[in-house]
Amino acid sequence: MQDEKLIIAGKAYNSRLLVGTGKYKDMDETRDAIEASGAEIVTVAIRRTNIGQNADEPNLLDVISPDKYTILPNTAGCYTAKDAVRTCQLARELLDGHDLVKLEVLGDQKTLYPNMVDTIEAAELLIKDGFKVMVYTSDDPIIAKRLEEMGCVAVMPLAGLIGSGLGICNPHNIRLILENANVPILVDAGVGTASDAAIAMELGCDAVLMNTAIAGAQKPVLMASAMKKAIEAGRESFLAGRMPKKAYASASSPIDGTFF
Amino acid sequence: MDIFVNGESRQVQDSCSVQQLLEEMDLSGQRLALEVNEEIVPKSRHSEYCFNPGDKVEIVNAIGGG
Repeated sequence: MQDEKLIIAGKAYNSRLLVGTGKYKDMDETRDAIEASGAEIVTVAIRRTNIGQNADEPNLLDVISPDKYTILPNTAGCYTAKDAVRTCQLARELLDGHDLVKLEVLGDQKTLYPNMVDTIEAAELLIKDGFKVMVYTSDDPIIAKRLEEMGCVAVMPLAGLIGSGLGICNPHNIRLILENANVPILVDAGVGTASDAAIAMELGCDAVLMNTAIAGAQKPVLMASAMKKAIEAGRESFLAGRMPKKAYASASSPIDGTFF
Repeated sequence: MDIFVNGESRQVQDSCSVQQLLEEMDLSGQRLALEVNEEIVPKSRHSEYCFNPGDKVEIVNAIGGG
């Protein structure tokens, strides 16, 4: 069955898996894992250039080329709307006017839970400034709807805390967000293993964004491949529509025609 | 005169341009973004933009992140 493509900010994608580039052992592992994941949208962080670094050290954007991937700069590490907006503006300059960004404004260091007051403030400023904002949010369906109405191009509720690998902690809220959505809804954060990714897709999410679940696996490249399959399996399962759950058994073989 | 580059004090010639600084730092031609006192200086203006004493310069690039 030919699935419809994922459309984000007017661009169509075949892959419904978005991946980060953090926490890998080296650039080779980064490149191999991202290749194995089949992802077409790849997140990066914006940080000070390491002055005096080894000139031979490869640049991330040489390994993950903007010609091949849609680069999604994030505002990770920002705790205020001001810092997030400034980061996005630097990212746009860095990427020659590319204006798709992942907005995240964090609340505290222990939970990295999103600060939704500053997230909304930053989203307003960024949208006014012409950015296409994919926004990391709490799993509050009212906030999620508000972000959509403001003009965010994708809304990305957490399924669990960033880097926690706890899985889809509150599928009921994700479902509530999905029921009312008119923009792509992506689970961002919380996925720990392939079955978590499949569950997110079975709920009806349009895509999943993950980093640590792949980079933190014992064999990241193999896990990237597993995630690719889980996303595809979960999506097909969602489209197929699961059987209803029953309290008692229902024989799969005919009862008639037995010879015993 | 002294300016601050990524938080560190650095001595540059008077009327040093962004382009001259990047060349001194072996960063010329690299993929980066630069701001002075929290205002972006676009690539198209790197040759003409000259620093003032005490300017706070930030030079950033993309690194791994989720």
